[in-house]
Amino acid sequence: MEGGQAITLAALSITFLVGLSRAMILFIVTSGLSFVLGVLRVPNVAHGSLYMIGAFAAYSISTLFGGGSVGFWLALILAPLVVALVSLVAERSLFCRLYQREHLMLLLFTFALMLILGDLTKMVWGADYRSIMPPRILQGSVSVLGSPLPKYNLFLLIIGPWVAIGLWLFSTKTKMGKIARAAAVDMEMVGAIGINVSWVFAFAFVLGCLLAGLGGALVSPTISVTLGMDHDIIIEAFLIVTIGGLGNMWGAMVGSLIFGITQSFGVLFWPQFAIVFPYLAVVIILTLKPTGMLKSVW
Amino acid sequence: MFGEMIRQKQFGVSIAVFVLLLLVPLFLPRFYIYFLAVIYLTALLAMSLNLCVGHGMLFQFHHGVFYGVGAYTAGLLLAKTSVPWWIAFMAGPLAAAFAGLLIGIFCIRLNRLYFGMLQISLGSLIWAIAFRWYGLTGGDDGIHGIPIPDFIASTTSSYYFVLVVMGICLILLYLILKSPFGSTLQAIRDNPERCAAVGINVRRHQLMTIIIATFFGGAAGVLFVIVEGSIFPDLLFWVLSLEIFIMCLLGGWFTFAGPILGAAIIVSLRTFVGAYTEYWTLILGVILILLIFFMPEGIMGYNYRQLFRSRTKYASQIQME
Repeated sequence: MEGGQAITLAALSITFLVGLSRAMILFIVTSGLSFVLGVLRVPNVAHGSLYMIGAFAAYSISTLFGGGSVGFWLALILAPLVVALVSLVAERSLFCRLYQREHLMLLLFTFALMLILGDLTKMVWGADYRSIMPPRILQGSVSVLGSPLPKYNLFLLIIGPWVAIGLWLFSTKTKMGKIARAAAVDMEMVGAIGINVSWVFAFAFVLGCLLAGLGGALVSPTISVTLGMDHDIIIEAFLIVTIGGLGNMWGAMVGSLIFGITQSFGVLFWPQFAIVFPYLAVVIILTLKPTGMLKSVW
Repeated sequence: MFGEMIRQKQFGVSIAVFVLLLLVPLFLPRFYIYFLAVIYLTALLAMSLNLCVGHGMLFQFHHGVFYGVGAYTAGLLLAKTSVPWWIAFMAGPLAAAFAGLLIGIFCIRLNRLYFGMLQISLGSLIWAIAFRWYGLTGGDDGIHGIPIPDFIASTTSSYYFVLVVMGICLILLYLILKSPFGSTLQAIRDNPERCAAVGINVRRHQLMTIIIATFFGGAAGVLFVIVEGSIFPDLLFWVLSLEIFIMCLLGGWFTFAGPILGAAIIVSLRTFVGAYTEYWTLILGVILILLIFFMPEGIMGYNYRQLFRSRTKYASQIQME
């Protein structure tokens, strides 16, 4: 080991928990991407940009309210709504006119949206690094086997499963969720029984983007918020969706766990090329099972 | 095959244009000679991508990676080793083709859009490695002042070199497209199921297409090193890949020469408009949206439809795709 540092059980378990909390963020973002994929059948490339906007909006909102605890909690609620509004405007003004066209055009539109939103973010917030303090209750750390784990990571570990449960309840128990799932399987049939397909699409798109915004708001206290975070996350999210199974929410969960944990152990063992480890996991999984670990919705 | 090409009407026009371009450096200031050379190598890059996108319907979203691999291979060999220049120049396209093979093997198992998704992801790994491996690649600074062999070191001589190499590559690409392989490829694009049913190995053909396209993409990368004398990670970044994709769309991705036009337009815009604003990607995004809404077949495809009314079938076929 570099630096002669012994790998103790404590270090391993902290690494595991940090990886797990990273996986929760990835899951929240990726489940949104996966939801849009499931219903619209388009990989939303602009998803990462919306995540970035979520993080910047969280910064602005929390500084607007004095940067304290109140500001943070308000940011956590309002930033996803800001992102949802942005995506609703983009969807209703332009994107919804393309639903009759071939899928490549839908995909290219999300590419264009990524390019435009990236530069708009630069215009509004500039290229500086921003950081947000977590609220006082989540500052500091707790001790796990004698090593410190930041309380904020613990908070993420609690939030993640609740988002998963909420999404699962939504898609299986509510009427809207059932319609969305039906639309993922057979779009024509859903239209034929008198449901406005365009609005189902709009709803799915906005909900997916809302999750991107929530992920961005949640991640903002753990990293420095800056331009370029959109590219990083979208590439990771694509890989996660591919290895998990396209459009499958639990696949997004499994993929995020694999990705987050391999990344975190990569940082422990070989910091400079930590990014290589999740990719290796992806390559191995895709060699064994090209269609992803869980059943995709197609 | 070669004879057929020479008999074509367009061939005479192409030769005339080529001769004209050979004479151009006599009249133009140095900046414009350099600028034209950049257009040529970008045109070659866009053409190589269009082999996948327009003719093979393979959504190669991260073609820039192979351009970058070609440039990095040639650049690193020239800057860090003492191998002869021609080995470095040959190694670029070969390394790019090898990367294309590796990435292609994984991507080809997925269909269409997911092919593109996985390619963006795997390609970004190569970008990340180039970006972080400071010892070898110079990280985000890249390497500048790469020693270029004397006979193509000046702007004018590199212009001629780029022009001749691009000409040869375009002829090769044309011959590939007109060969039985090219016809099979286009048949696969139009109806993969039927092709598989008549016994064509669809995946092998697609993989071969990717290898050929990445080879020429790598060649364009080598030309970039010759013209610029530097390498940097932006060459591998996927915004560049997207730019190339837009070139194909803009020029007309179902036509042979469309990407050349697209490359000329985008490079001109980047050079002259991009110089005044830091919001170049915003402009790129707006161009893409306008294309999607108003001209999905690109400029040349659009003109085809306007000029040859009898070919409306051709246009409607595109709509169906």
